[in-house]
Amino acid sequence: MSRAFVKGGDAIAEAAIRAGCRFFAGYPITPQNEIPEYFAKHLPEAGGSFVQGESETASINMVFGASLSGTRCMTSSSSCGISLKSEGFSYLAAARLPSVICSVQRGGPGYGSIKPAQSDYLQATKAAGNGGFKMIVFAPSTVQETIDHIYEAFDYADKYRNPTMVLLDGVISTMMEPVVFPEPLTEEQVQAIKDSKTWALNGKKAGDKKKLITGGATEQSNMECAEMYEYWAEHETRAEEYLVEDAEFILTAYGTTARVARAVVDTLRKEGIRAGLIRPILVNPFPYKSFAKLDYSKVKCVIDLEMTIPAQMIEDVKLGVLGKAPIRTVLRSCGEVMTDDFALGGVKKIIEEY
Amino acid sequence: MKRSLLIGGFGGQGVMVTGQLLCYCAAEETEDKQVTFFPSYGAEQRGGTANCYVIISDTAIGSPMVDYADELIVFNNPSLDKFEECVKPGGTIIINSSVVDKEPTRKDVKTVKIPAIEIALKLGSPKVQNLVMLGAYVGYTGLLDPEDVKRTAEKKLGGKRPEFIPLNNAAFDRGWEIGHAAAR
Repeated sequence: MSRAFVKGGDAIAEAAIRAGCRFFAGYPITPQNEIPEYFAKHLPEAGGSFVQGESETASINMVFGASLSGTRCMTSSSSCGISLKSEGFSYLAAARLPSVICSVQRGGPGYGSIKPAQSDYLQATKAAGNGGFKMIVFAPSTVQETIDHIYEAFDYADKYRNPTMVLLDGVISTMMEPVVFPEPLTEEQVQAIKDSKTWALNGKKAGDKKKLITGGATEQSNMECAEMYEYWAEHETRAEEYLVEDAEFILTAYGTTARVARAVVDTLRKEGIRAGLIRPILVNPFPYKSFAKLDYSKVKCVIDLEMTIPAQMIEDVKLGVLGKAPIRTVLRSCGEVMTDDFALGGVKKIIEEY
Repeated sequence: MKRSLLIGGFGGQGVMVTGQLLCYCAAEETEDKQVTFFPSYGAEQRGGTANCYVIISDTAIGSPMVDYADELIVFNNPSLDKFEECVKPGGTIIINSSVVDKEPTRKDVKTVKIPAIEIALKLGSPKVQNLVMLGAYVGYTGLLDPEDVKRTAEKKLGGKRPEFIPLNNAAFDRGWEIGHAAAR
């Protein structure tokens, strides 16, 4: 199949439509405006509905409604827009409603800047809303992987009846790369998925049983969620372990920064330095095991690279390393995009100390 | 092989289109080249300087942005001021000398001057100045087959304004000749 050269934002929307997404609601915010723009143009062509809500809150509640009807649905936003939608994420999690949330991160601190960064890792993985719920969070590092993850995220959302997040930053949403798209689901397949959701509220016909989606505020539903999160931790973690077997220096990074870290590992290897990379492909559940199983008789240092200051993923890396090796950081923030040279320089400076 | 390019100019001069055409060509006319296009993002896109990074490589690309590019194409004075420092020693600055009326201060880089607007005007329209610059880059670097690039330009630009195709091609060829001659 021939390659297409597409922008991250456009690729996200196209992948979603191919995965059977038939409802999108959102509210404009940089740097993810290509996503709603593409949906506005192409979702109606696929028989779906695009709504630009009057606010983030309205949009996420429209997604709630669409999901209740069994329709594959999605929203996207960036940083402060994600914060405004967080109440709706909590509702989705409480009612156990599938949906895909695309979070395109900008810079901090707090409200921060519109420029690309990775400032919302903790928000995405620990508390995307109130109430202690968790989501499976994908962290793609190329436009191709973004397409694959968006496509897959709809299956995960349906499988676990839970909102699922794809966590990006403003680099991947605005850059262009060659990609190959997956085959679109047929209308019959899209309908079959919808029909398989026996819990969906899609009109009570004579003789049908009454259905209730209660929002689950019982201890029992909390325990069911906890069980699901434990199952994820056991069965759904996903990481790329690149040249780690003999590595003395383990680099770790996700998303845009991970592609940079991989290039750094390649350069270091050419210079005879034994470097490797652990790249969480899902940042929740986090691949603690990839760190736990390292041979710490060899590992001199773990180096965490992120586009946020202070580092955030480092909290999870610490839980994986458990004090068995020192953890250092190479960081950029607020629109200062991590380049290969910057990362290599930072990593080398650390390596010299060991 | 990994080649990086930074292009800067005013919004409306065709900075993004120039970069994208290179990328479309590398991505769609080859099977295996890795390509990234990364536009500058922010308020400076309105009225001020627009810029983008293009990387074409045989292997996986790390960051789509580089601190130091192999080549820099500048369409205006502010871009030369801002990005002159972002060229590798021994690299090249390709200058739209119809607009840029100053010399680079760097002594460790090569300079190729293209009077893109004069050439474009002689051909019939100042609008094709970016095709002249694109041709110059392709001629200078030899990175892509000029026929492939012209076919890509026709595919991407010809749909809206088919009457511009011969003009685009002539502009590209003229730029290519100057770029090619400068590389020798």
